[in-house]
Amino acid sequence: MSYSIRRIDACRVGRRGADLGMADSSEAKVISERVSVAGQETKPKPKKRRRLKVAHPERCIGCLGCMFACSRVHTGNVSLRDSAIKIQTQGGIEGDFRVVVCRGCNDPPCVRACPVGALERKPDGSVVFHEELCTGCGQCQDACLIGAISLGRGSKPIKCMHCGACVAFCPHGVLTFEEVPS
Amino acid sequence: MLRRVLYIDLGNEDAWVEERQDLFDQWMGGTGVGIKLLMEECPEGVDPLSPKAPIIFCIGPLNGMFPVATKMVATFKSPLTGELGESYAGGRLPLAARFAGHEAIVIRGAAERPSYISINNSDVKIKDATSIWGVEAQTAGMILREHEPGIGRRSIIRIGPAGENLVRYAGVVVDTYRHLGRLGLGAVFGSKKLKAMVISGTEHVEIPDHKRYREVYNKLYQTTVQTDVMEKYHDIGTSVNINVLNWLKGLPTKNFQSSSFPEAENISGEILADKYLFRRLSCAGCPIGCIHIAQLKSAFSTHHEFEVRKVSYDYEPIYSLGSNLGVSSAEGLLQLIDACERLGLDVMSAGVVLAWATEAYERDMITPQETLGVPLQWNNVKSYMNALEYIVRPPNEFYAALAKGVDYASAKYGGADFAMALGGNEVSGYHTGPASIVGQIVGVRHSHLDNAGYSIDQKAAKKQLSPEQMVDEIINEDNSRGVFNSLVGCLFARGVYTSENIIDALGAVGIEKTKDDLDSLGKRIFDEKYRFKTREGFDLSKVRVPKRFYETVSTLGKVDPQTVDEMLRLYRKKRGWL
Repeated sequence: MSYSIRRIDACRVGRRGADLGMADSSEAKVISERVSVAGQETKPKPKKRRRLKVAHPERCIGCLGCMFACSRVHTGNVSLRDSAIKIQTQGGIEGDFRVVVCRGCNDPPCVRACPVGALERKPDGSVVFHEELCTGCGQCQDACLIGAISLGRGSKPIKCMHCGACVAFCPHGVLTFEEVPS
Repeated sequence: MLRRVLYIDLGNEDAWVEERQDLFDQWMGGTGVGIKLLMEECPEGVDPLSPKAPIIFCIGPLNGMFPVATKMVATFKSPLTGELGESYAGGRLPLAARFAGHEAIVIRGAAERPSYISINNSDVKIKDATSIWGVEAQTAGMILREHEPGIGRRSIIRIGPAGENLVRYAGVVVDTYRHLGRLGLGAVFGSKKLKAMVISGTEHVEIPDHKRYREVYNKLYQTTVQTDVMEKYHDIGTSVNINVLNWLKGLPTKNFQSSSFPEAENISGEILADKYLFRRLSCAGCPIGCIHIAQLKSAFSTHHEFEVRKVSYDYEPIYSLGSNLGVSSAEGLLQLIDACERLGLDVMSAGVVLAWATEAYERDMITPQETLGVPLQWNNVKSYMNALEYIVRPPNEFYAALAKGVDYASAKYGGADFAMALGGNEVSGYHTGPASIVGQIVGVRHSHLDNAGYSIDQKAAKKQLSPEQMVDEIINEDNSRGVFNSLVGCLFARGVYTSENIIDALGAVGIEKTKDDLDSLGKRIFDEKYRFKTREGFDLSKVRVPKRFYETVSTLGKVDPQTVDEMLRLYRKKRGWL
């Protein structure tokens, strides 16, 4: 069948009671594990970090489903500005789309740039954002060459959590998860 | 929810916002608010191309909120039909309006010199467009991109030379590849010296109950991508119907002289998809991606030098510039579509006008002197390209008449029996039977999308429907589409948005409605539109039906004029107009 839109199985994810439609059960599992780690501050058995990968940017159709999913899941509201993933055009929709999202660097320049330690690298390589420490200086934004950090309300960075909401709502498999080599 | 109406006066170079909560409470949004504002703004009997005629844009409560709620509606007085003008487009337009914070935009007056409107959130500017007046629609978009903010989330709508020169069926190009195409909005822009409008914004929409919203969103998203409701649009696209209607004897060919085209396969959705399609796109907020873009590569020298054009195609342009002109090559078809895109013409009206002219030329009703030596013959793509240029910049009376539509041209040169318009609007690509004809006659904007009569005919081909049953279905669609067009959803997704789903979706954004509320809204919107139509002189009993409809075999066999008359009688009776 040529119909390539992915089947979505609704599943429940703990963070803020968000309901996500997940692309498949393995992705759903990863997300719920990650979310419960963040929520309970406990560390289950060691596992490899996973991060978003823009696997097939040339397959993007410009629906912006990923951007809506990101703001819907993380803010509850409808917004393009509050999305951590950005679909940019180059020469309008006649040109190619650019998918701009955090690469989950192993040595994240955004963390190094933050003068107050509001961005913290965890031992597994993930980066957490401590909003209460952030002064809104914007140095993290400048440090990221690919432009994956934008400043939202109160000039606080909108930082991708690699939760996978965008992956679930991409109808063309542009985005995937990858395991980070240790 | 946002409830703001942005008023822009081009004459005074002024703009202001009014809170119109009542208006939206009563008329929902989209086409409901659009017709109400048109009644408020448009003086009775006004010349559609005078500064006093307004342009109104509206989105609805679901735009940006849910999948496939991706359209914006423009209402105006049509310079083609002289009554209700209404046109829809997607792209990024509704989303840009949503995040700029304007649910409705009213444009009054006319600018002194070529201008464009720039809207960035509440910042509204009227800027000089003298240097891009006369520039083709696509290029104008490219130039404006360099000057305006909001990359990736803005919408740029603009006219081409057709709109500037007041061709009565000039359209407005939306973000390239999408169009507010029908009924001459481009000419209304042109009459106001309005070249373009750029909208962008960074607002967000607060949702009252996040959990409920996500639940409803997921349900609708799953229905959209999982079921077969949308598959047709995803794969081959609307052009899948070329072969289907050809088999069903419903594909208008050579100005409706036939309802099947022996060479339909060459211009079918399947061939276009296999050989020319290189990309699909979607309107923002739609996971389907039904916008099909073909690559047209043509050599301009013998030394392997090529022009490459990216051309969007759909069923209607293939009918109007393909089968209906006897064009039997995909390359020829794509060239013609591309010409309309650059010039800013409505492809459907342009094709029907050329088809009438070809037949009139064949019958010697028009001379080579009048065509300036252009041999208007079936499948003569080069001639059609020349004719389109002449229509847009008319060098003589004949082409000036073509620029006013097929009703006008046939009144002047004869051939009304094969001048394929209903209610003054050039007809769409279906010769499926009586419901298609009646649907376009009674429809509020004389479009196949008012009530999908073509689809009722196809249903009747499988299961016998009486004229009365067909009329009931037409009325039902007339009314329910008024509701859907107030939200504003894409009609391709009407299968996803059942009444139940609409009620759920509205509830999730804080608008509580019952089925009865929606039914009565649909009826009220329809009545209001007819009030505008009759006020501006539309008379249902005087609609001219070209004889050609009764001469050519349709999907349901030859259509009997008495059936059409009977259905119109029943329609009036059921509407309470007898």
